[in-house]
Amino acid sequence: MSDSAQAAANPRCAVRLVMPHHLRTLASVDGEILLEVSLPVTTRSVLNALEQRFPMLRGTVRDHVTHQRRPKVRFYANELDLTHQDPDTPLPEAIASGSKPFMIVGAISGG
Amino acid sequence: MPGIRVLVGTRKGGFILTSNARRKEWQVEGPLFAGWEIYHMKGSPLDPNRIYASQTSSWFGQIIQRSDDGGKTWFQPGSVDEEPVVDEISGFPKGESNKFVYDTSDETGRPLTTHQFYDGTQHPWKFLRVWHLEPSLTEPNTVFAGVEDAALFRSTDGGTTWQELAGLRGHKTGPDWSPGAGGMCLHTIVIDPNNAQRMFVAISAAGTFRTEDGGESWTAINQGLHSEYIPDPKAEVGHCVHRVAIHPSNPNVLFMQKHWDVMRSDDGGDSWYEVSGNLPTDFGFPIAVHAHEPETIYVVPITSDSLHYPPEGKLRVYRSRSGGREWEALTEGLPQENCYVNILRDAMAVDTFESCGIYFGTTGGQVYGSTDSGDHWQTIVRDLPPVLSVEVQMLP
Repeated sequence: MSDSAQAAANPRCAVRLVMPHHLRTLASVDGEILLEVSLPVTTRSVLNALEQRFPMLRGTVRDHVTHQRRPKVRFYANELDLTHQDPDTPLPEAIASGSKPFMIVGAISGG
Repeated sequence: MPGIRVLVGTRKGGFILTSNARRKEWQVEGPLFAGWEIYHMKGSPLDPNRIYASQTSSWFGQIIQRSDDGGKTWFQPGSVDEEPVVDEISGFPKGESNKFVYDTSDETGRPLTTHQFYDGTQHPWKFLRVWHLEPSLTEPNTVFAGVEDAALFRSTDGGTTWQELAGLRGHKTGPDWSPGAGGMCLHTIVIDPNNAQRMFVAISAAGTFRTEDGGESWTAINQGLHSEYIPDPKAEVGHCVHRVAIHPSNPNVLFMQKHWDVMRSDDGGDSWYEVSGNLPTDFGFPIAVHAHEPETIYVVPITSDSLHYPPEGKLRVYRSRSGGREWEALTEGLPQENCYVNILRDAMAVDTFESCGIYFGTTGGQVYGSTDSGDHWQTIVRDLPPVLSVEVQMLP
């Protein structure tokens, strides 16, 4: 299959992703990253792309096996809290178009 | 010149303290993995460059780190660029070194049963973190991990992949195990230096278990323990064992610091008797054995299970040279007023220099060391985050 045919068969888009400090440190990246994500862009496809590119992050955002979100991790996008949304629900167009980042956030905890 | 590395795990990162045989001047490096809880760091007894670390977070889960150059650089062994473990379907690295999955397979596993929870209901086993890493004494790439919820895992590839030794979790008493205040954790792994197939583990709050076949099958060894905080104080399991230690010259003699009581066994754990003797209190967490004197043991008494600090605000290590019962306070160099720290179960270790060194860390962030079997102490470093673990690695 040619590259163009493969791209047509497996369409992707670039998604901006923001991670908390500790995950950036583990992945050895600074600031926002750009991920190639399979369409449709959903929480699941974003996390799949993240873990494929940074295998050291497997298990840090969601469980290795069940893929359940870790309890103290939140997902924000386009000023919405999508933490409890079905992971296969398409994310807002602003995420797929790259105009807004998908944000993985560590839940606030302090005293 | 021979040297020593003291590996310190804290609530906010790891630290490596290095010195030579004189142990007067110390170099402090850290924090490693800043901001993460480093439950435990332990060096290989076979390779002075090999160190394992359990890096954990209630936000982001469990990470296993390994260094092959004495702590200068670290990597996750399942995510090494050169040798990743690749998923056959996706072709991508799997990040297996952080994956601790209970073995429920027909071939080697046990069904994922339930255990008692705080509210008395039954709760399925759920992996939370690695409390303790114990490198093999004989196989350079074998390392054991004690985890919460209580189970024992083994890696034979330097921490790249982990397999549960499910016979322990599948012990017939498993449904009766319950968590202590710190969780239901397997926190102690002791390998018989004369027989790699023989190991002892301790679980809060289940008790102590022994295997004679490398972890395939286990025997509960809690006879003689007496715990007022469980309905049947002499039950087979349910005891909150805090730490078990042995001396390499006589692995049939075991010493235990229990939730209350300092205990001793002379028959490999088949039976226990109390050796608290004249201790001011027999509550505490760590227990350690002198490197060259099998009957010299150390504990740090803590006021009570409600008051986790030394009696009278005086930090005193107690030493027995008779294997228990008769204890003496060691105070020189330790704070004798206004000291209200705790010393956790994995936070005491000994070195093997001719003049045996003892080290311990506190929840106040101090690490103290003695180069003369505990007679005199010096503060190696202070004001670290709360210390979770202290281990020694000897350097050639």
